[in-house]
Amino acid sequence: MSLMNSQPLESVLKIVNTVNGTRIEAETPLLKAVREVWPVVINGLFLLVIVSIFYSGAMKVPLTEGLIRVSIVVALYIFVGNSGILSFGHIAFMMIGAYASAWQTCCEYTRDLFFPGIPTYLLENTHPFIPAIILGGLLASFVALITGFALMRLSGIAASIGTFALLMIVYTVYLRWQTWTAGNSTVTGIPFDTNAWNALAFCVITMFAAFLYSRSKFGLALRSSREDEVAAKAAGVNVFGQRLLAFVISAFFAGVAGGFYGHFLGTITVPSFHLPLTFITLSMLVVGGMQSLSGAVIGTVAVTAFLQLLRWFETNGWIPSSSADVGLGIVLLLVLIFRKSGITGNAEIYYPFKPDASASGSLKRQS
Amino acid sequence: MQDIVKNFNYKKILSDKRALVILGIVISIIGIIVAVTDPVRFQILITSVSEGSFYALAALGIGLLFGVLRLINFAYGDWVMLAGYALILPSTAVTSTLIIGSFHPVLIVLIIIGFTVLLSVLSESTVFRPMRNTNPAIMMIASFALGYVLQNLTIMIYGGRPKSAGIFEELTQTVDLAEGVSVPLLKIITIGVTAVLLILLTLFLHRTRIGIQMRAAAEDFRMARMLGVRANFVIAMAFVISGFLASFVSLMYVTQIGILTFRMGTPIIVFAFIATVIGGMGSLVGSVVGGMVVGVSSVVLKNILPGSIRGFSDAFVFGIVIAILLARPQGLVPAKSARERV
Repeated sequence: MSLMNSQPLESVLKIVNTVNGTRIEAETPLLKAVREVWPVVINGLFLLVIVSIFYSGAMKVPLTEGLIRVSIVVALYIFVGNSGILSFGHIAFMMIGAYASAWQTCCEYTRDLFFPGIPTYLLENTHPFIPAIILGGLLASFVALITGFALMRLSGIAASIGTFALLMIVYTVYLRWQTWTAGNSTVTGIPFDTNAWNALAFCVITMFAAFLYSRSKFGLALRSSREDEVAAKAAGVNVFGQRLLAFVISAFFAGVAGGFYGHFLGTITVPSFHLPLTFITLSMLVVGGMQSLSGAVIGTVAVTAFLQLLRWFETNGWIPSSSADVGLGIVLLLVLIFRKSGITGNAEIYYPFKPDASASGSLKRQS
Repeated sequence: MQDIVKNFNYKKILSDKRALVILGIVISIIGIIVAVTDPVRFQILITSVSEGSFYALAALGIGLLFGVLRLINFAYGDWVMLAGYALILPSTAVTSTLIIGSFHPVLIVLIIIGFTVLLSVLSESTVFRPMRNTNPAIMMIASFALGYVLQNLTIMIYGGRPKSAGIFEELTQTVDLAEGVSVPLLKIITIGVTAVLLILLTLFLHRTRIGIQMRAAAEDFRMARMLGVRANFVIAMAFVISGFLASFVSLMYVTQIGILTFRMGTPIIVFAFIATVIGGMGSLVGSVVGGMVVGVSSVVLKNILPGSIRGFSDAFVFGIVIAILLARPQGLVPAKSARERV
């Protein structure tokens, strides 16, 4: 065996060997890794291209918001896509993360006005952005763990309704818990630490986690329970445990996304984390195709882009004012009526290049 | 005695329908006995029963559609909202002018019924008919999307500001029922209207051909179709009745609060939805029972919780929901078809 590649570029793409006079092409380890996580790579590149093209002046704000939405929807996908249970509770986790990070970073001088009830340590110390949002995410996943012990015992529509009740409970508690959340009033002065680039980085991390989870033995077990709960149980899958794991993981990412959201807006209020946001994120997921990572990303990008386009029409006076949301709703309905499994049809984007013969088995694994 | 204690099994009691009925009756009787001894408590009783019947009506509109179609209709709240807006002149002006709302009361009721029925039948033919036999979760998202369209249409036509709409204002006056007991007339009328509507609906569902077909479809849609029930007709009828109920919900609600906002449907749908869940999705009796449980428990909790945590009463109501889901996932009065088959 002798290496015959001379050009440097080719050495990245393929290894060409000659065995007994026969030419054999094989992938380099790098390419193999790329193929293994292809949906993450292609969706990450897709987002990167969008950000690079549109990153300028007035577009920075909607772009960053869109990226945060992508990470929320991908976090939602970790649970909904793999378990098949529609969760209404994730916006509650987002709120928990947003407030928990605000307790640590917000407004050094007025913090005791907004949150007089929080522990003295938090009142007197300010954490940097990254640890603060991670702690926020951990708090969200802790709440998911506690509530999941009850909720994940339910299945199907009852579980969805349980998460709905969870959203309402967390919402009511945060609305009334004046000394920790400032209740109905707006918390202002959260530092603007989020920008398009760290939001993009978090997006990619979330996608990685979502993809690796869904291909892990835990994700596969949960997916089997999505297809047929009874059969999965009979095959020895601990459905409750697998659901709980997915719930906790996705709550973590939803919580961190909430932290990003708070540090993006600079202000948070409890009423903004309620049913409208819940439904808009869920419909992004459903429109894209709720059982695939690509669906989560493409659905969010499509809905966000479409809404931006309509808003732009609206500001130019081409369509009547506040008709953009009507248009969005109608398009959502049309997608739901005519393409029930979403834009991507619940499939991932396939690896377009021909892998070597020995790897053909692993392609079939992609759902 | 020891045997009874040893054999006491709360799960068994919770899963036995007769035991639950007896339990419910006992709780109601105790509640009434406790209530009639004290004017304040009696007032709470009237208020909570009226709240309960309001939610029972709303829940019935949702439960009916779920039974026939497996549709959790989040647009229901927006039908209620639009029925309220239909009372006033379409304009984005700050002050609102009553148009239909200034007609004769009978005319108002008839026009609003016609309006909501038309709205619900239109929703069926444009959105829900093409989506039939889809995954219930997707249909639920679709109903949300429909509600989103309706809400934003309302903003487009009427503007986003709250609008005043005082109809039947004489009903908001209070009347003295007994020594020290004075409740708004509307509360009593709500209870009365709900009772009448429930009796009418029961007669319709049990005594007419269409009603019996609808109940059959709600229990087991496929079986009913095989026995010759016309699917399109029954589903359309379910939407007509659902819209009919929505119009009454809307009239009662608007009379009570006198203000229209494009978000006013949300709390109604949230509690009505929860009520159908507690009662047992797809079961019509269950919807009424669930509505009563939600209405009564929310009013009673608001009144008996100590001041410091009174604001959290909704959280307790939803805590009860989770508890009921865990103990009886099929609801208090489950539909016969609710058993999941393998």
